[in-house]
Amino acid sequence: MADITISERQAGDVTILDLQGKVTIGEGSVALRGAIRRLLGEGKTKLLLNLGGVGYIDSSGIGELVSSFTAVNKEGGTLKLLNLTQKIQDLLAITKLLTVFDVYEDEATALASFS
Amino acid sequence: MTVEEEFTLPSRIESVDVAASRADDFAKKAGLGDDFISSIDLAVRESVANAIKHGNKFDESKVVEIGLSGSDKEFVMTVRDYGSGFAVDEIPDPTNPENLLKASGRGILFMNAFMDEVEWNTPDGGGTMVRMVKRQQN
Repeated sequence: MADITISERQAGDVTILDLQGKVTIGEGSVALRGAIRRLLGEGKTKLLLNLGGVGYIDSSGIGELVSSFTAVNKEGGTLKLLNLTQKIQDLLAITKLLTVFDVYEDEATALASFS
Repeated sequence: MTVEEEFTLPSRIESVDVAASRADDFAKKAGLGDDFISSIDLAVRESVANAIKHGNKFDESKVVEIGLSGSDKEFVMTVRDYGSGFAVDEIPDPTNPENLLKASGRGILFMNAFMDEVEWNTPDGGGTMVRMVKRQQN
Protein backbone atom coordinates (compact mmCIF):
# COMPACT_ATOMS: atom_id res chain seq x y z
CA MET A 1 0.00 0.00 0.00
CA ALA A 2 1.37 3.48 -0.89
CA ASP A 3 2.37 5.73 1.99
CA ILE A 4 0.51 8.61 0.41
CA THR A 5 -2.20 9.29 -2.13
CA ILE A 6 -2.40 12.66 -3.82
CA SER A 7 -5.52 13.68 -5.69
CA GLU A 8 -5.86 16.84 -7.63
CA ARG A 9 -8.76 19.18 -8.39
CA GLN A 10 -9.10 22.59 -9.88
CA ALA A 11 -10.87 25.65 -8.44
CA GLY A 12 -10.54 28.32 -11.06
CA ASP A 13 -6.84 28.87 -11.59
CA VAL A 14 -5.93 27.31 -8.24
CA THR A 15 -4.89 23.66 -8.14
CA ILE A 16 -5.83 21.90 -4.92
CA LEU A 17 -3.85 18.82 -3.93
CA ASP A 18 -5.65 16.63 -1.41
CA LEU A 19 -3.05 14.55 0.44
CA GLN A 20 -3.94 11.38 2.32
CA GLY A 21 -1.45 9.34 4.31
CA LYS A 22 2.10 9.96 5.46
CA VAL A 23 4.58 12.49 4.17
CA THR A 24 7.80 10.96 5.49
CA ILE A 25 11.30 9.98 4.42
CA GLY A 26 11.02 7.82 1.34
CA GLU A 27 7.89 7.27 -0.70
CA GLY A 28 5.69 10.00 0.78
CA SER A 29 8.18 12.82 0.31
CA VAL A 30 9.14 11.63 -3.16
CA ALA A 31 5.51 11.47 -4.25
CA LEU A 32 4.84 15.04 -3.13
CA ARG A 33 7.99 16.26 -4.88
CA GLY A 34 6.92 14.56 -8.10
CA ALA A 35 3.42 16.00 -7.99
CA ILE A 36 4.65 19.56 -7.45
CA ARG A 37 7.27 19.32 -10.18
CA ARG A 38 4.67 17.92 -12.63
CA LEU A 39 2.22 20.71 -11.89
CA LEU A 40 4.88 23.36 -12.34
CA GLY A 41 5.79 21.73 -15.64
CA GLU A 42 2.14 22.11 -16.67
CA GLY A 43 2.27 25.81 -15.84
CA LYS A 44 0.13 25.49 -12.72
CA THR A 45 1.62 27.87 -10.20
CA LYS A 46 -1.21 28.57 -7.77
CA LEU A 47 -1.17 25.56 -5.47
CA LEU A 48 -3.14 24.79 -2.33
CA LEU A 49 -2.01 21.74 -0.35
CA ASN A 50 -4.84 20.25 1.68
CA LEU A 51 -3.09 18.42 4.54
CA GLY A 52 -6.27 17.43 6.35
CA GLY A 53 -5.70 13.78 5.48
CA VAL A 54 -2.02 13.71 6.46
CA GLY A 55 -1.85 11.60 9.57
CA TYR A 56 1.90 11.78 9.90
CA ILE A 57 4.78 13.96 8.76
CA ASP A 58 8.46 13.90 9.71
CA SER A 59 11.38 16.26 9.12
CA SER A 60 11.77 14.95 5.57
CA GLY A 61 8.13 15.70 4.89
CA ILE A 62 8.47 19.18 6.36
CA GLY A 63 11.57 19.63 4.19
CA GLU A 64 9.57 18.61 1.14
CA LEU A 65 6.91 21.22 1.97
CA VAL A 66 9.69 23.82 2.14
CA SER A 67 11.26 22.63 -1.13
CA SER A 68 7.87 22.78 -2.80
CA PHE A 69 7.30 26.29 -1.48
CA THR A 70 10.61 27.56 -2.84
CA ALA A 71 10.18 25.74 -6.17
CA VAL A 72 6.75 27.31 -6.70
CA ASN A 73 7.98 30.76 -5.64
CA LYS A 74 10.86 30.46 -8.08
CA GLU A 75 8.30 30.07 -10.89
CA GLY A 76 6.52 33.21 -9.71
CA GLY A 77 3.74 31.19 -8.14
CA THR A 78 2.20 30.71 -4.71
CA LEU A 79 1.86 27.63 -2.52
CA LYS A 80 -0.38 27.70 0.55
CA LEU A 81 -1.48 25.15 3.15
CA LEU A 82 -4.97 24.12 4.21
CA ASN A 83 -6.44 22.06 7.09
CA LEU A 84 -3.35 21.45 9.18
CA THR A 85 -3.83 18.94 11.97
CA GLN A 86 -2.78 20.13 15.41
CA LYS A 87 0.30 17.92 15.20
CA ILE A 88 1.46 19.47 11.93
CA GLN A 89 0.73 22.96 13.24
CA ASP A 90 2.89 22.18 16.27
CA LEU A 91 5.75 21.00 14.05
CA LEU A 92 5.54 24.11 11.88
CA ALA A 93 5.57 26.22 15.06
CA ILE A 94 8.65 24.41 16.40
CA THR A 95 10.46 24.93 13.10
CA LYS A 96 9.30 28.60 12.90
CA LEU A 97 7.79 27.75 9.50
CA LEU A 98 4.44 29.24 10.48
CA THR A 99 6.17 32.54 9.68
CA VAL A 100 6.82 31.27 6.15
CA PHE A 101 3.65 29.50 5.05
CA ASP A 102 0.19 30.98 4.62
CA VAL A 103 -2.07 28.54 6.47
CA TYR A 104 -5.85 28.30 6.26
CA GLU A 105 -8.57 26.41 8.10
CA ASP A 106 -11.24 26.59 5.40
CA GLU A 107 -11.02 26.15 1.69
CA ALA A 108 -13.13 29.13 0.63
CA THR A 109 -10.95 31.59 2.52
CA ALA A 110 -7.82 29.92 1.19
CA LEU A 111 -9.02 30.13 -2.40
CA ALA A 112 -10.05 33.78 -2.01
CA SER A 113 -6.55 34.62 -0.79
CA PHE A 114 -5.07 33.71 -4.18
CA SER A 115 -6.94 36.54 -5.90
CA MET B 1 10.13 -2.87 36.86
CA THR B 2 12.58 -1.95 34.11
CA VAL B 3 12.52 -3.78 30.81
CA GLU B 4 15.30 -3.76 28.26
CA GLU B 5 15.72 -4.77 24.65
CA GLU B 6 18.43 -4.53 22.02
CA PHE B 7 18.25 -5.17 18.31
CA THR B 8 19.89 -4.21 15.03
CA LEU B 9 18.33 -2.99 11.84
CA PRO B 10 19.65 -2.73 8.29
CA SER B 11 20.40 0.68 6.88
CA ARG B 12 17.25 0.92 4.77
CA ILE B 13 14.43 3.47 4.89
CA GLU B 14 12.00 0.70 5.82
CA SER B 15 13.88 0.28 9.11
CA VAL B 16 12.46 3.59 10.37
CA ASP B 17 8.93 2.14 10.52
CA VAL B 18 10.25 -1.07 12.06
CA ALA B 19 12.09 0.84 14.77
CA ALA B 20 9.04 2.97 15.54
CA SER B 21 6.81 -0.08 15.75
CA ARG B 22 9.21 -1.91 18.06
CA ALA B 23 9.68 1.15 20.27
CA ASP B 24 5.89 1.50 20.45
CA ASP B 25 5.46 -2.16 21.48
CA PHE B 26 8.33 -1.85 23.96
CA ALA B 27 6.89 1.26 25.59
CA LYS B 28 3.51 -0.46 26.01
CA LYS B 29 5.23 -3.46 27.57
CA ALA B 30 7.05 -1.11 29.95
CA GLY B 31 3.72 0.31 31.07
CA LEU B 32 3.76 3.66 29.26
CA GLY B 33 0.50 5.08 27.91
CA ASP B 34 -0.67 5.99 24.43
CA ASP B 35 -0.14 9.75 24.83
CA PHE B 36 3.43 9.18 25.99
CA ILE B 37 4.11 6.80 23.12
CA SER B 38 2.67 9.27 20.64
CA SER B 39 4.94 11.98 22.03
CA ILE B 40 8.14 9.97 21.52
CA ASP B 41 7.30 8.52 18.12
CA LEU B 42 8.76 11.33 16.01
CA ALA B 43 12.02 11.46 17.99
CA VAL B 44 12.38 7.69 17.59
CA ARG B 45 11.87 7.95 13.82
CA GLU B 46 14.15 10.96 13.38
CA SER B 47 17.01 9.36 15.34
CA VAL B 48 16.87 6.15 13.31
CA ALA B 49 16.44 8.01 10.01
CA ASN B 50 19.52 10.11 10.86
CA ALA B 51 21.55 7.00 11.64
CA ILE B 52 20.55 5.38 8.36
CA LYS B 53 20.76 8.41 6.09
CA HIS B 54 23.50 10.60 7.57
CA GLY B 55 25.44 8.08 9.65
CA ASN B 56 25.53 4.90 7.63
CA LYS B 57 24.61 6.65 4.35
CA PHE B 58 22.28 3.76 3.41
CA ASP B 59 25.29 1.43 3.34
CA GLU B 60 23.69 -1.95 3.98
CA SER B 61 27.01 -3.35 5.15
CA LYS B 62 26.51 -1.15 8.23
CA VAL B 63 23.78 -1.78 10.76
CA VAL B 64 21.96 0.51 13.16
CA GLU B 65 22.07 -0.73 16.74
CA ILE B 66 19.13 0.17 18.94
CA GLY B 67 18.85 -0.16 22.69
CA LEU B 68 15.63 0.33 24.63
CA SER B 69 15.23 0.57 28.38
CA GLY B 70 12.16 1.64 30.26
CA SER B 71 9.63 1.46 32.98
CA ASP B 72 6.28 3.07 33.59
CA LYS B 73 8.23 6.20 34.56
CA GLU B 74 10.64 6.69 31.67
CA PHE B 75 11.78 5.59 28.23
CA VAL B 76 15.44 5.47 27.22
CA MET B 77 16.62 4.79 23.68
CA THR B 78 20.10 4.58 22.21
CA VAL B 79 20.75 4.60 18.48
CA ARG B 80 24.20 3.80 17.18
CA ASP B 81 25.47 4.03 13.63
CA TYR B 82 28.84 3.16 12.10
CA GLY B 83 29.36 6.28 10.06
CA SER B 84 32.20 8.76 10.12
CA GLY B 85 30.71 10.78 12.96
CA PHE B 86 29.75 14.42 13.14
CA ALA B 87 29.94 17.45 15.41
CA VAL B 88 26.41 18.12 16.63
CA ASP B 89 27.40 21.67 17.61
CA GLU B 90 28.18 22.40 13.97
CA ILE B 91 24.70 21.55 12.74
CA PRO B 92 23.09 24.83 11.65
CA ASP B 93 20.08 25.98 13.64
CA PRO B 94 17.13 25.36 11.29
CA THR B 95 15.07 28.07 13.05
CA ASN B 96 17.64 30.73 12.22
CA PRO B 97 16.01 32.96 9.56
CA GLU B 98 18.85 32.28 7.11
CA ASN B 99 18.15 28.53 7.33
CA LEU B 100 14.35 28.52 7.32
CA LEU B 101 14.06 27.67 3.63
CA LYS B 102 16.60 24.85 3.70
CA ALA B 103 15.14 21.51 2.71
CA SER B 104 16.81 19.53 5.49
CA GLY B 105 18.31 19.81 8.94
CA ARG B 106 15.29 19.60 11.25
CA GLY B 107 15.62 16.06 12.59
CA ILE B 108 17.72 16.92 15.63
CA LEU B 109 15.45 19.88 16.39
CA PHE B 110 12.52 17.46 16.66
CA MET B 111 14.52 15.03 18.79
CA ASN B 112 15.36 17.84 21.23
CA ALA B 113 11.78 19.11 21.18
CA PHE B 114 10.13 15.80 22.07
CA MET B 115 12.67 14.22 24.42
CA ASP B 116 13.77 15.42 27.86
CA GLU B 117 17.42 14.56 27.24
CA VAL B 118 19.41 14.02 24.05
CA GLU B 119 23.12 13.21 24.35
CA TRP B 120 25.61 12.45 21.63
CA ASN B 121 28.87 10.56 21.89
CA THR B 122 31.41 8.67 19.84
CA PRO B 123 31.51 5.06 20.99
CA ASP B 124 34.53 2.77 20.80
CA GLY B 125 34.68 1.45 17.28
CA GLY B 126 33.59 4.74 15.73
CA GLY B 127 30.31 6.04 14.47
CA THR B 128 27.85 8.01 16.54
CA MET B 129 25.56 7.10 19.39
CA VAL B 130 22.66 9.18 20.54
CA ARG B 131 20.95 8.53 23.86
CA MET B 132 17.46 9.95 24.39
CA VAL B 133 15.38 9.98 27.56
CA LYS B 134 11.73 10.86 28.04
CA ARG B 135 10.19 10.87 31.50
CA GLN B 136 6.57 10.43 32.41
CA GLN B 137 5.08 13.71 33.63
CA ASN B 138 3.21 13.38 36.93
